[in-house]
Amino acid sequence: MNEHRARSRAPDRAANPGLRRPCALGAALLGAVLALTGCGGDAGSGGSASARPVVTVWADDQRAAALKDFARTFGEKYGARVSVQAVSKDLQTNFVTASQAGEGPDVVVGANDWIGNLVQNGAIDPVRLSTSQRDSLEPRAVKAVTFNGQTYGMPYALENVALIRNTALVPDAPATIEEAVAVGQRLKGEGKVSEIMSVPVGQAGDAYHAYALYSQAGGYLFGRDAQGEYNPADLGLGTEASVRALEKFRALGEKGVGALKRTIGPDNAIPTFTTGKAPFLISGPWAVPDIKKAGIAYDIQAVPRFEGTGGKGGPFIGVQAFYVAAKAKNKALAQEFVAQAGGSERTAIALTEANPRPPALKAALAHFKDSNPDLGKFLAAGADGVIQPAIPQMNVVWDPFGKAEAAIIGGAPVRSTVVSLTRAVAGQIGLDPDKAVRFAGAPATTNHPAAGKD
Amino acid sequence: MTVPPRKPLGNPLGTPLGSAGVLAKALLLGLALALAIWGAFPLVEHRDWLALAVLVAATVLIFWGYLSPRRIPAKYLLPGTVFLIAFQVLPILYTVSTAFTNFGDGHRGSKESAIHSIEEASVSPVPGTPDYRLNLAVPQGSSPADGPLVLVLTDPATGKERAARADTGTVTDLPSRATLTVLTDPQAARRGAELAALRIADGPGHIRTEGLERAYVGAPARSYDASSDTLRDATTGTVWKADGTTGTFVTDDGERISSGWRVGVGLGNFADVLTNPTISRYFGQTLLWNIAFAVLTVLITFVLGLFVALSLHHPRMRGRWFYRALLILPYAMPAFAMLMVWADMFNKDFGLINRLFGLDVNWLGEPWTARAAVLLVQLWMGYPYMFLVATGALQAVPDEVKEAARVDGAGRWTILRKVTLPLVLVALFPLLIASFAFNFNNFNAIYLTTAGGPFPPDSPMAGATDLLITYTYRLAFGGQGAQYGLAAAISLFIFVIVAVISLVSFRRARAMEEVNG
Repeated sequence: MNEHRARSRAPDRAANPGLRRPCALGAALLGAVLALTGCGGDAGSGGSASARPVVTVWADDQRAAALKDFARTFGEKYGARVSVQAVSKDLQTNFVTASQAGEGPDVVVGANDWIGNLVQNGAIDPVRLSTSQRDSLEPRAVKAVTFNGQTYGMPYALENVALIRNTALVPDAPATIEEAVAVGQRLKGEGKVSEIMSVPVGQAGDAYHAYALYSQAGGYLFGRDAQGEYNPADLGLGTEASVRALEKFRALGEKGVGALKRTIGPDNAIPTFTTGKAPFLISGPWAVPDIKKAGIAYDIQAVPRFEGTGGKGGPFIGVQAFYVAAKAKNKALAQEFVAQAGGSERTAIALTEANPRPPALKAALAHFKDSNPDLGKFLAAGADGVIQPAIPQMNVVWDPFGKAEAAIIGGAPVRSTVVSLTRAVAGQIGLDPDKAVRFAGAPATTNHPAAGKD
Repeated sequence: MTVPPRKPLGNPLGTPLGSAGVLAKALLLGLALALAIWGAFPLVEHRDWLALAVLVAATVLIFWGYLSPRRIPAKYLLPGTVFLIAFQVLPILYTVSTAFTNFGDGHRGSKESAIHSIEEASVSPVPGTPDYRLNLAVPQGSSPADGPLVLVLTDPATGKERAARADTGTVTDLPSRATLTVLTDPQAARRGAELAALRIADGPGHIRTEGLERAYVGAPARSYDASSDTLRDATTGTVWKADGTTGTFVTDDGERISSGWRVGVGLGNFADVLTNPTISRYFGQTLLWNIAFAVLTVLITFVLGLFVALSLHHPRMRGRWFYRALLILPYAMPAFAMLMVWADMFNKDFGLINRLFGLDVNWLGEPWTARAAVLLVQLWMGYPYMFLVATGALQAVPDEVKEAARVDGAGRWTILRKVTLPLVLVALFPLLIASFAFNFNNFNAIYLTTAGGPFPPDSPMAGATDLLITYTYRLAFGGQGAQYGLAAAISLFIFVIVAVISLVSFRRARAMEEVNG
C-alpha cells in the first residue's frame, strides 16, 4: 500500500506550458451542474422512518468488488439498499472532506494508520468489539485498530513485508542479511543475476520497506509506554541504536557492497525480481500475483536479522479495517454492517481471494491453510513485527526518514544525517530538537541554531 | 432610380429571430429555470438562505438579460462575468479567507463538534455491567414503523431481561415479552438512525447500542464544562483548557488534544511563513532555482521551437506537414504518463538514457544532473507548443515587409534578425510570460519526475529540484495532515511573486512594442 502513497497525491493539472483548453470551461459547467444534482439527490434519505434505509460503503476498487456479494446478502436481510462505491484515489482525504460536508459514506474501508487522522477530524466512531469478536480475530489485528484505548475499526486483513527469494537460485533460506548478501554477491559474480537484492528505495527513500531492515538492525521510530501504546515523546530516530542501524544501511549501500541502491524504487523493485535480475525481494503479499505470473519459484520468510544483533526487530504490520463514519445517516445499521462484514467467514474469504493478504479472522485463515500457504508465511514473517503506528506524529516521520535513508544509501555520512533528520522531525512534532538527539558525540549543530523553533 | 428600403438600424442579432431561434431561446431559458428550481429544493431544505438568494438573483439576471432584445452587451457580458466570478473570484476569495484561519486536519469543524467527538470517543462500558443482547420492540398495538421504541436487553450470563423504553426514558425488569411486539430485522433496520441517537439513563451511565443486536451501559470519561470552558477526564483527572486563539484544548503543561476546531489566526500563517526556520531557511535557494527553472524552461523551449519553426517555414521544403505532425507528437501525448516514463528513463542503472548512450550518470541522484534532467524533460514536452505558436506568428509576418527589406538590400540573415524576429517576438511575448507563470508553478513537472530530489543529507525538507509549490506542498500536506490555512498563505506569497514578475515583464514588453511597432 505504501508504494502508492507517494504518487497518488498529485493534483490533476495539465503540465504543458500555456495549456488553456476551452473545453475546460464546459467541463467546469458540467461539474457545477453535477454538484447541484448531487446535493439534490442525497437530501431526505436520512430522517423518515418509513423510507428504505441506505448504507453507503466506500472502498478501493478491488475491495469494493469483493464486498458486493456480502452487501447484497446484508441488504436482503435488513431490507436496506447497500451501495458499495469504489473510490480509487485519495480515499482517506476524500472521506474526511466529504464527511465534514455531511456528504460522506456510512462505512469506509481502509488502513489502520488512517485512524489517528480520522479521529482527530471526528470522522469515525469507535467500534466496540465484543469478547467473542475479539476472540475470533488475530490479536495483532485488534491491537492495530486500538487507538487511545478504544477500538476504532473492524479489522479484516493484515499485511507486512517479508523476504521473498527465488528458490531456483537460492534453495536454502539465509539466516542473516549478511548471508543473503554473500549469496547475492556470489550469484552476481557468476553472472546469474545483476542485482544482489531488490529492496524498494528510490531517490526519495521508502520508509515503509526500510523499517523491516532498520528494526532488525536495532533501530526504532517511537518508543512505547507501559501499556504498549506508542509514546510520541520518545523519538527513537536520534538514538545511538538508530545511528548503528543506519551505519548498516550505508555499508549495504552504493558506496558499500551495493545491495541497496536508489535506482531500485517502488516502481521497479518487483519487476527486477520477477525478471530474475535479483535473487531476493523485500515486499509484501501484493507482490505475489506478479511473481506467480512470471513463473518464478519462490519462498517467503521473515526479513532476517543482521549478524551480531539480537534479531528482535520485524516489519511494520498494517491492518485493513472497516470503519463507521461518525456522521453515518443510519448509524446502527452501519455498525451492524461493519460487525457482520468483519465477522463473516465468507466475506473474509472473498476479500482474501480478491486481494490475497492474511485475513484477520482466524477461521478464514484456517480455510486457506492448504490452498494458499503464502498467507500463513507472511503472517509468520510478521511475528516479531510492530503495528504501524496510528499516531498522527507518524505521518511526519515517513517522508524525512525515507529521504535520510536514501541519502545514507547513497553514501552520506550517517551521524550528521541522523542529526538533521532528528531535528527536522522533532521540530515538526513539537519536541525540543536539541534534546531529541540523544547519542554521544553528536556532531555540532551550530549551523542551524534556530531550526525547529516554531 | 429607387432606393431600396432601409433595414431597421441596430445590431444584426437584435433583429427578430427566426422560429428556430425563438424555440432554442425558449428551450434554453426553460432549462435554466428548471435547473434553478431543481437547485432550490435542497437549498430550502438545508435552510441555506444566502445560497438561495444568489440562485434567485442569478436566475432573475439571466431572464432580464435574455428576454429583452435591447440588452445586447449584457448578453455577451453575462456568461463571461458569471464564469469569472465562479471560477476566478470565488476561489481567490476563499483562498484569501482560508489563509487567515488554522483550517486543516484536526481543525476542520466547529468547537461544538470537536467537543462532541472528544466526548463520544471517550465513552466506554461501565465496569461490571453486562454486554447485553439487544432486541428491538414496540408496545403491543403500536406501529412497528413509529411506535415508541422499547429496547429488550438480555443479560447473556443470567438470561434475565430488562426493558428500556424510549418514550418514558425508564429501564425496568421485563418478566415477559407478552406486552411487546418484537421487530423484524427490516423493521429494526428502518429505525436504526433513531436507535443510535437514543440515550436512556441507567445507573452511572446510559444505555447505548452497538449495531442492532448489542447494547451496553456506557459513560463518557471526558466531559466539557461550559462555565470554566474546560474539558475534564474523570478517570485520570486531567483538565484541558480551551484555547480560543489556536482552537485546541490544552493542559497547563502543554499537552493538547489533537481534535481541535477552526478559528481565525489573523496573520499567524503569514508570520509563520516568514519566521518559521524550516520554511524561511530554504525559501531563498528554492526561489532562486524556481525562477531559473521557469525562465530556462521558457527560453530553451522557445529557442528550439522557433528554430524548428524557422527551418520548416521554408516554402520550398517538401513533406512539411509530415515533419510538423511528427514534431507535435510530444505535445499530444498525456503529460502525466510521459513525466513518469521520463523519470524511469533517467534511472542510473536501468534507464534507457544511460544504456543508450553508454553513460554512467546518476541523473536523479546529483543536484545538477537532476536539474539538467528536469529541464531536458521540459524541453521535450514544451518545444512543440512553442513550435506551433512560432509557426503561426511566422505565417503572420507579411511578405511585403520582407520584400521591402530585400529591395533595400538586406540579406537573408539581416531580414531575419531585424524584421522577422522582432515581429514574431512582439506577437509572442505575452505567451512567453504566460508560459513563465505556468512553469513557475509547474507542480507535475517536478513531482512526477524527481519529487523534488535529490535531497542533501542535511536537509530532508528541501531538495535540489524543488519548486516553491512542491516544497510548500510537502510542508502543508506531508506532515501532520493537511494544513490548508498555511497552504493558502503560502500560495498567496507565490501569487505575489508571480504577479510582480509578470507585471514587470509586461511593462518591458510594452516598451519593446513601442520601439518596434
